[in-house]
Amino acid sequence: MNPIQHHFIGQCTCLSLSPASTVLPASAPVPVPVSGAPSHSSPAPSPADKPAKSRAEQKAERRARQEADRASKQQSCSSSSKTKAPPSELNPVVKRLPEHVQVDDPAVVKRLAKKLERQQIPLRSDYGYKVSLFSHLHQYSRKAPLTQQLSIPSTVIHPSIVRLGLQYSQGIVVGSNARSVALLHAFKQVIRDYTTPPNEELARDLVNKLKPYISFLNQCRPLSASMGNAIKYIKKEISNIPSHFKEEEAKTKLQTCIDRYINENVVLAAKAISKYAIEKINLTSVILSDRTWKKFRVIVVDSRPRLEGREALRRLVQRGISCTYVLISALSYILPEVSKVFLGAHALLANGYVMSRVGTSQIALVARTFNVPVLVCCETYKFCERVQTDSFVSNELDDPDDLMVTRKGKTQLENWHDVSSLGLLNLVYDVTPPDFVDLVITDLGMIPCTSVPVVLRVKNLEQ
Amino acid sequence: MPGADKEADLTERIEAFLADLKRGGCGTGPIRGSGETARETTALLRKVTAQARWSSAGDLMEIIRKEGRRMTAAQPSETTVGNMVLRVLKIIREEYARSRGSSEETDQQESLHKLQHFVHLKANVIEAINELLTELDGTTDNIAMQALEHIHSNEVIMTVGRSRTVEAFLKDAARKRKFHVIVAECAPFCQGHEMATNLSKASIETTVIADAAIFAVMSRVNKVIIGTQTVLANGGLRAVNGTHTVALAARHHSTPLIVCAPMFKLSPQFPNEEDTFHKFVSPHEVLPFTEGEILSKVNVHCPVFDYVPPELITLFISNIGGNAPSYIYRLMSELYHPEDHDL
Repeated sequence: MNPIQHHFIGQCTCLSLSPASTVLPASAPVPVPVSGAPSHSSPAPSPADKPAKSRAEQKAERRARQEADRASKQQSCSSSSKTKAPPSELNPVVKRLPEHVQVDDPAVVKRLAKKLERQQIPLRSDYGYKVSLFSHLHQYSRKAPLTQQLSIPSTVIHPSIVRLGLQYSQGIVVGSNARSVALLHAFKQVIRDYTTPPNEELARDLVNKLKPYISFLNQCRPLSASMGNAIKYIKKEISNIPSHFKEEEAKTKLQTCIDRYINENVVLAAKAISKYAIEKINLTSVILSDRTWKKFRVIVVDSRPRLEGREALRRLVQRGISCTYVLISALSYILPEVSKVFLGAHALLANGYVMSRVGTSQIALVARTFNVPVLVCCETYKFCERVQTDSFVSNELDDPDDLMVTRKGKTQLENWHDVSSLGLLNLVYDVTPPDFVDLVITDLGMIPCTSVPVVLRVKNLEQ
Repeated sequence: MPGADKEADLTERIEAFLADLKRGGCGTGPIRGSGETARETTALLRKVTAQARWSSAGDLMEIIRKEGRRMTAAQPSETTVGNMVLRVLKIIREEYARSRGSSEETDQQESLHKLQHFVHLKANVIEAINELLTELDGTTDNIAMQALEHIHSNEVIMTVGRSRTVEAFLKDAARKRKFHVIVAECAPFCQGHEMATNLSKASIETTVIADAAIFAVMSRVNKVIIGTQTVLANGGLRAVNGTHTVALAARHHSTPLIVCAPMFKLSPQFPNEEDTFHKFVSPHEVLPFTEGEILSKVNVHCPVFDYVPPELITLFISNIGGNAPSYIYRLMSELYHPEDHDL
């Protein structure tokens, strides 16, 4: 029987600079069995089988949790709001709007400036003409990194954090996974070099030490959803350190926690996702020898100005997969040949929308028109509780000068700064509505887009 | 001999024109816009009519057809050339019918090899071609004049790539109204950049976006106004690549899609000829030779055109007014004769 030839589109983000690419199965012949993983990664009961608990049971659970949290709170005296009992869906959640989407409000900007001054972190200034629809967002230039305004040696910020901030702002470390992992490694270094000052508790002081670092990184480049979740996790772990632990013990414990977090949520999750994804690729033979690779083709769709697809292309070609490469404007030409579309995600929002690299929603839209299934691969640690319906209110504006291109020695937009009515818009993210996405492949299994809040709730209950 | 000189001159002009057409095949678009190509074609056909030796209407049509076949073979994707040839053929038929004093329909079976009214026929045909040339001169202005009927103040308009017709359209509206234009840059040739610079020089608020952001910003767009390379016989478009995505995004957000296309772009072709529809240019534009080590192992495509089905289009604005896509077939029957559709 001839194996059916199946073709994909892999979009650039799902094969970004993360240490484990989510779509490529390991080139070793047999996929890694997930059962060998530590028990934590065994999937929580899938949302469908969990029996609904009664109101009273839920209330009792909540009360017990609040008691436990209050007890630990007395021990650690942490002022962080993260130790509050996880709110049930019915309690109104008062969320403070993050500063980076309120740039057009002068009061907020002043408040931020004061906070940064207190933490001795320089304030980054906006660059270039901002399109009026996006006046509430920051727009920075890559040519003016924040680190230029820091004194050397920096007394406030740990050097590995400075290096990390520079890597973020210059685009050396890109991609949701890569940024989170780099962040966690930098934090490990910080913890290693940390010494508790006298008369201070490690749990509270370390958290306070991390705050200016996070502000600094935020100034270099706005934090991603995965980074936000990682930071929440670390802060929680730090504040849960019992006070009787000696410093060395505490530090080793934190380091193992971080290692375990990376291992479970990034490395093993990637393997789990690829195992599920392989099932969706119909190949009659299970053992993926080199010969069988050539039986499916991958089409990589890329877009200006970042052109991240080229990196993905290189990796695929190295593994011997036959590839095709097009720009996103040629999508309608290439889609009739495609049988499945695989996309990566930056974050999955609580209302089922997929936040990903700009262009993802376009691919999903055109694929739906041609009746091609769209599958999104995303680890669960990227799920976040935000909701968003369009790509305007919360986005990131990249350096507008990236849009300029020199063709035949002429740059059309060279003097765009001088022309008052001309603006360049370089968006980084966009949101895809859930009706365009057919399936989300996560480390917990294959779920529809609309099940994201269920997974979030289950995760919260576990914690 | 003056006759031989004129003939040589004519052949030279035709050869130069064909060379221009062949060279203009790179993706950045022809060296001249479609309007100029149409004018040049018509002028050449007028010269042929004036100078070539022919004794009957049938002879003339044969000569024109021969020249037309040569011209379309030089650059098949430049359909305005073929369209102008068909217009001239229709003119010849009409003038012949008029000079014989009978209506067009009864002449269907008559042979055109009659010698009657030869001299008047030549003069009439040349006069009619002159009228056609005047019409071609005024197309952009005619379209631009309708701008104020379609654009109101504080609108956000999206366009793709570079179209001289749309540029004139928007500039005309900007004289009286204030609105915002978003231009999709249309990689890999980025003609959108030139369009944006031209529009901003006319003090129109312009924003350039990458192709990937089309769907992301579409929710704030009030109208999409695009140009096209060809209008096909079923009312669909053959437009620059990326237009289909824009059309789908506009349909998803229920945004009207307006196509500004002069009548000389209307072609009797249908879109179902798969192998002749698409045109490809050098993949160097997409994946440059600097990526040498993977270049040999990868297929790279760089199509120039996109097909947009007529269901996605709201309105055609041409020099004769506004039309729905379902009416295009009727306009075509008025412009071209069905027997001429295959050159």
